[in-house]
Amino acid sequence: MTASTHSNSGAASKKDGGFLSSLRGFFGSQEGILLIVIIVLMVAVGTSNPRFLSQTNLKDVFAANAYIAVAALGVSMVIISGNIDISSGALVGVLITLSGNLAVGLADAGWPLMLVNIIAWVAPLIGGMVIGAVNGFFVAYLRIPAIVVTLGMFSILKGGLILVAGGNTIYNLPEGYTIAQQDWLGIPSTIYFMVILTIVVFLWLRYSATGRSIYAVGGNAEAARLSGINTRRVIMITFILNGLMVGICSLMLATQFNQIQATAPPGLEMFVITAAVVGGVSILGGTGTVLGSTLAAILVKTIGSAMVFINVSPYWLKAVQGTLILVTVLVDVLRRRRQSRQ
Amino acid sequence: MTAILELESISKQFPGVKALNDVRFESQAGEVHALLGENGAGKSTLIKVISGVHKPDTGTMKIEGMPVHFDNPRQAQLQGIATIYQELSLYPELTVAENIFMGHGMRRRMGPFSVLDWKAMNEKSLELLTSLNIHDLDPHRKVGALTVGNRQRVEIAKALSLNARVLIMDEPTAALTEADVVRLFEIVRLLKQRGVSIIYISHRLQEVFDLADRVTVLRDGHYVDTKPVSETSEDDLIRMMVGRTINDLFPKLPSEVTHEVLEVRDLCCKPLTKNVTMTVRAGEIVGLAGLVGSGRSELAQVVFGITPAESGQVLIEGKPVQIKSPAQAMELGVAYVPEDRGTQGLVRQMKIRENVSMAVLSTLMKGIFVDNNAENDLADKTIKQLSIRAYSREQVVNKLSGGNQQKVVVGKWLASKPKLLIMDEPTRGVDVGAKAEIHRLISELAQQGLGILMISSELPEILGMSDRILVMREGEIVAEYSRAEATQENIAAAMMSDAVRNMNNQRKLSESSKV
Repeated sequence: MTASTHSNSGAASKKDGGFLSSLRGFFGSQEGILLIVIIVLMVAVGTSNPRFLSQTNLKDVFAANAYIAVAALGVSMVIISGNIDISSGALVGVLITLSGNLAVGLADAGWPLMLVNIIAWVAPLIGGMVIGAVNGFFVAYLRIPAIVVTLGMFSILKGGLILVAGGNTIYNLPEGYTIAQQDWLGIPSTIYFMVILTIVVFLWLRYSATGRSIYAVGGNAEAARLSGINTRRVIMITFILNGLMVGICSLMLATQFNQIQATAPPGLEMFVITAAVVGGVSILGGTGTVLGSTLAAILVKTIGSAMVFINVSPYWLKAVQGTLILVTVLVDVLRRRRQSRQ
Repeated sequence: MTAILELESISKQFPGVKALNDVRFESQAGEVHALLGENGAGKSTLIKVISGVHKPDTGTMKIEGMPVHFDNPRQAQLQGIATIYQELSLYPELTVAENIFMGHGMRRRMGPFSVLDWKAMNEKSLELLTSLNIHDLDPHRKVGALTVGNRQRVEIAKALSLNARVLIMDEPTAALTEADVVRLFEIVRLLKQRGVSIIYISHRLQEVFDLADRVTVLRDGHYVDTKPVSETSEDDLIRMMVGRTINDLFPKLPSEVTHEVLEVRDLCCKPLTKNVTMTVRAGEIVGLAGLVGSGRSELAQVVFGITPAESGQVLIEGKPVQIKSPAQAMELGVAYVPEDRGTQGLVRQMKIRENVSMAVLSTLMKGIFVDNNAENDLADKTIKQLSIRAYSREQVVNKLSGGNQQKVVVGKWLASKPKLLIMDEPTRGVDVGAKAEIHRLISELAQQGLGILMISSELPEILGMSDRILVMREGEIVAEYSRAEATQENIAAAMMSDAVRNMNNQRKLSESSKV
């Protein structure tokens, strides 16, 4: 499943070449299965309630939740490298507050609007990378397990945020700030973010030397190190890039509405990790693609929206999400066991 | 005498290799029965069958004449079979007594409850240790703070607490100091007197002659023979273990030995590299022999920059260099095929192509991306050159056999175009056919002008492949032989001569002190 996606979703190997067999390869992969499930789900729910497939609703499902897919890109890289990040929810809270306060503060101080907006957009990206670098430093150089480091970071950020912002709402955002509300060529800007970033990260992981090293470090850190790969640097890079993705995710969230709630979106980190794992990123590291994590993020949100349309309480969503994780991990573990027995 | 343990026509198949093929084994009460064989001969599999870790595919096992089937190690323990593995399986954070009674704690009643009786367990532990003539071990001490020798004694006490009738010891002396070996032998003899049947695995033939009553030899998963030790000789045992003329297995090609690729002078890195001075020349295979724990792998790791040297000089092709990391060693033309390909050599879930290119990926770039064509060509070339049996370069290495996996690791390092190739146990866990192929490959590489430093625990491999042989003992190079001078005897003697001599002295001392 995940191991084969590594090749199949792109050009299939020459040996089993041919268009049909590469198609078969794709639909046998985690990504292919997710795509099929999403389509089947949409058709099924659409048949029972056609309004589900209306343009406005679909736009909502994709556009309003693209930020999860973007954050999942980052955490997928971290999980592939054999680590984990559970601090992203709290970090998002801090970064949207940072961005909003900067925007309002600088605008009030009379700075030119264009400059204010650019600073307010770039600040969360830089902030995310800085926190990512701190996490990465603790994991890579001080060799503290990632779950401990990011759990600590989660508490620090969350506590700090409550102290500083106190859960306030930030109003009076400057004009032009809310880019996530914009449509370009009739398509919401957040969808551009999601699609373009997914493609870029996918290609980078697959075809760059550093991207390949992330898989190698996650698969067997010791072998990677003995092959001359600077494993610490690789881990550092994944955490910084994860911070960047969380920063972009924050930017998308902060600029979505005309006001910003200065709190951490509850359970966001779990949504994000769910997307990565359901998307086929092995929790043990070394395998998976971000195509999968983005499709999984879409799937989870499609399910959430579908529940509303077929009159199932959305409170079930958590249970569905949990079931998805367990089933996916179970399938992954069974596949590995079968492989090692062969 | 009656047989405590009897195994008949035991077979066990693993993916790609028949580990045991119609093997029989039998041991009696009060006997030390040595189990011998080369690496990969099936010794480990056999003891795992006896101790309930593996279930045999076919065959019967009897204990005191009664057929038994073990689904797990626990059932074997309850039948009185205890195993002391090479890597001791103790809990460092628990005390001696806690370790001894792990899984079968003594209990007492406290009202309606049955609770663990620590007082009784501590007393019983002391009693067990005393019965083994061990008087310097407090049951309350944490095992993590003990020496290796003391930990092993705890393992033995643990086995006795289970009333072991059969005690399996897998290379018990591999990590011991000489004094500890002496004490171990005393304990083994004590147990023997009490009627325990001991299955003793060791690569040190001398120990077999010192300690064992009978010896069974396995080869390539087959039973070869069982003989009383008094009716055999070292040569006889080696012939049974190797079982074929060495020339077939060790195709040595003529090669032109030229300039020095590696020279190290007074290399030190505590604790196991002490003042090492040696050279490896282009076109030459230098065999590095020594017991496990003599510092061979450690020396390789110093040269490869995994544990950088503390003092001393390293010269690559005559130029002094400082090697501080594997990446740096690679740049200087040093390659290292590690001992354990599973944990150090391969990324198992990656493809052959990705593993082969791993060390040289930065040289296969086209702009910011990896050049697919160059990478594919490299993988195809490697598969062809090393005759790796796989259906395609896209095959995940996890699904290859041990020998082919090893070739992938070698291929990865050849891709870096090294001048010096260090191979640590290059044929460990590889079946005989693949072994010969890897040997041919090593020989060909030397012929092409590579300098090769080959670490091996198999003397026939060292003798068969090397142009020159260095022997290490306790972190020092203690002997050097040319191919012509080297014999099994003089290498073995250099590997352990002090150990054996000291052991005998101490034994005499302890025996005379008892009188």
